[in-house]
Amino acid sequence: MAELTYRDAVIRGIAQEMERDPDVVFLGEDVAKAGGVFKATVGLFEQFGPLRVRDTPISEQAIMGAAMGAAMTGLKPIAEIMFSDFFAVCFDYIANEFPKSRYMSNGQLKCPLVVRTGNGAGSRFGAQHSQSVENWCMMIPGLKVVAPSSPRDVIGLLAAAVRDPDPVIFFEHKSLYATKGEVPDGEIVDQLGTAKILRPGTDATILALALMVPRALAAAEKLQAEHGINAEVVDVRSLVPLDTQTILGSVARTHRLFTVEENPRLCGWGAEIVSIVADEAFYDLDGPPVRITTPHIPLPAADNLEDIVLPTVDRIVETVRRSLGS
Amino acid sequence: MATAKDRAQASAGSGLNDDIGEAKRLELYRTQVVIREAEQRAFDLFLQNLVKGTSHLSLGQEAVAAGFAGAMKPGDLSFCTYRGHAHTLARGVSVEKVLGELMQRDNGLMRGKGGSMHLTSAEHGVMGSYAIIGAHLPIACGAAWRAQYKGAKDVSVCFFGDGTTNIGAFHEALNFAAVWKLPVIFVCENNLYMEYTPIGDVTAVPHPAGDRAASYGLERVIVDGNDADVVYRTAQAAFDKARAGGGPSLIECLTYRHSGHSRADPAKYRPEGELERWKERDPIKIYKERLKQFGIAENVINDIDTDVKRVVDDATEACKAAPVPPVDILTTDVYADGGWAWRN
Repeated sequence: MAELTYRDAVIRGIAQEMERDPDVVFLGEDVAKAGGVFKATVGLFEQFGPLRVRDTPISEQAIMGAAMGAAMTGLKPIAEIMFSDFFAVCFDYIANEFPKSRYMSNGQLKCPLVVRTGNGAGSRFGAQHSQSVENWCMMIPGLKVVAPSSPRDVIGLLAAAVRDPDPVIFFEHKSLYATKGEVPDGEIVDQLGTAKILRPGTDATILALALMVPRALAAAEKLQAEHGINAEVVDVRSLVPLDTQTILGSVARTHRLFTVEENPRLCGWGAEIVSIVADEAFYDLDGPPVRITTPHIPLPAADNLEDIVLPTVDRIVETVRRSLGS
Repeated sequence: MATAKDRAQASAGSGLNDDIGEAKRLELYRTQVVIREAEQRAFDLFLQNLVKGTSHLSLGQEAVAAGFAGAMKPGDLSFCTYRGHAHTLARGVSVEKVLGELMQRDNGLMRGKGGSMHLTSAEHGVMGSYAIIGAHLPIACGAAWRAQYKGAKDVSVCFFGDGTTNIGAFHEALNFAAVWKLPVIFVCENNLYMEYTPIGDVTAVPHPAGDRAASYGLERVIVDGNDADVVYRTAQAAFDKARAGGGPSLIECLTYRHSGHSRADPAKYRPEGELERWKERDPIKIYKERLKQFGIAENVINDIDTDVKRVVDDATEACKAAPVPPVDILTTDVYADGGWAWRN
């Protein structure tokens, strides 16, 4: 067991899979010699060499397309898109190419690849380098979508993503890179499509993803200490496949549902989950499901403004408290 | 004084045993006739409302597909556009499978799940037909990267139209392939029209691919795309270069489509007489003459014509008799487990 940063967990996760399988290759902008703009790929170039860890031009379409072509023909590429906002310039591959080739070809083509990307706010980078775009990907049939919140999950879910035969979009949260967590020694392999109950509780279910997970946990402690509310916190971890059984099971116990989402409100991932719960567990609910989200605005750069728009610990506490009427 | 026939013969080679040879020439001819007959049939089947959706024909552009496919080895990979019937047929995929997909029957290449714009036959090296302009150039780069990484000798060939040269992915892929020295061949079929608009009206240089080659440190290669011999020899040189580790090639083939952009397009934008002038340079007409110049007997040529017509007729009947796809394939192959489950 060792304490590792989320950033170093990315390095360890990639290295674990590259050591295991020579068909795992890695490409992206500034990822090789420079070690990545977030320093999340430092040392991989030195360890695995220039044939397996490759710097690309600033050509997001070329990165995505090359990953796909390599995946179709036998490699297991990991591609990095530096900021998830840049998905917008290569969205064709995410929306039209990766997820549809298997279906359109009636199973003749495969696309086993992983796209890693820096997602989310907190760095004061403004509206084009701060977004949470996991919902852009969740809506597309054929993709798998993962967003870990801890160093241990980074390694385990990255390994699962690399070993998965489908295209997986892997969202790393920029504001989590410096955070630390305990990580067991040896190989770690987790399972896609599994949520995790991080804090069992009886009064309300709080679903969160990535950076919102530590905030939901802190909010739960505060709710307990200050208001006597015992909230259950579930780290959703995987939007596709979605672990609805864990979510429905939690709601059946607590009878209240809250989602904490960094993505803007409209069509955020919580909307889909609320709809599932409304369909399938309506009579388990003692009150309306409540979504705590970033408002439907572009993200501002100024620190005081950015801090207001993201769901905070206090906003979560206040929303849950008011909703539960205590 | 040399006759026109002599000059043609000299330019085409030095007799039956030239670098191309009789067997390859008959193969190139047959491939072109297969494409012509199958696509003409596809057009006729539209009119009977038996081909559904859209379709983009390569009538008039057969020499490009035949010349490149003729120069490929087993294992070489083709990446095509929505105008991909020709390249799919040229790799040896059966007419019935192609027409079946156009007619959206269960006997189609992808059992009706892809349609005319996405013909794919992995076993023949046809790694998909892509309907988003430019998307497949980077994908071909990736396949070539795999060959380079694995030390395999296969080459990826990416076919696209003149209009593709104005989209970003074209430029990203060309630069990427050149920097990584990938074994990939980019083939621009310049048929003079991007869709309905003349390519010259929307492009800063006269030759949409050739004039861009220098930007990527590549040789400017512009060839007669209506002469299968010229295409074949050009392709061979590019394959040799790629297999030897010499990196990518960008080849502009000058050609012309006899039909509209898609089934919805009667091509009324053509200047008067243009189509007729190009039909004088019909690739099949040119190649039939070539065969005769090389002393191949007329009955040998006619036998090919007759046989291909029979193949296309048989395929048509088989497709008409084939059932539509069963509903149970609707949700298959969304994910690698064969199904479509996105939740538990």
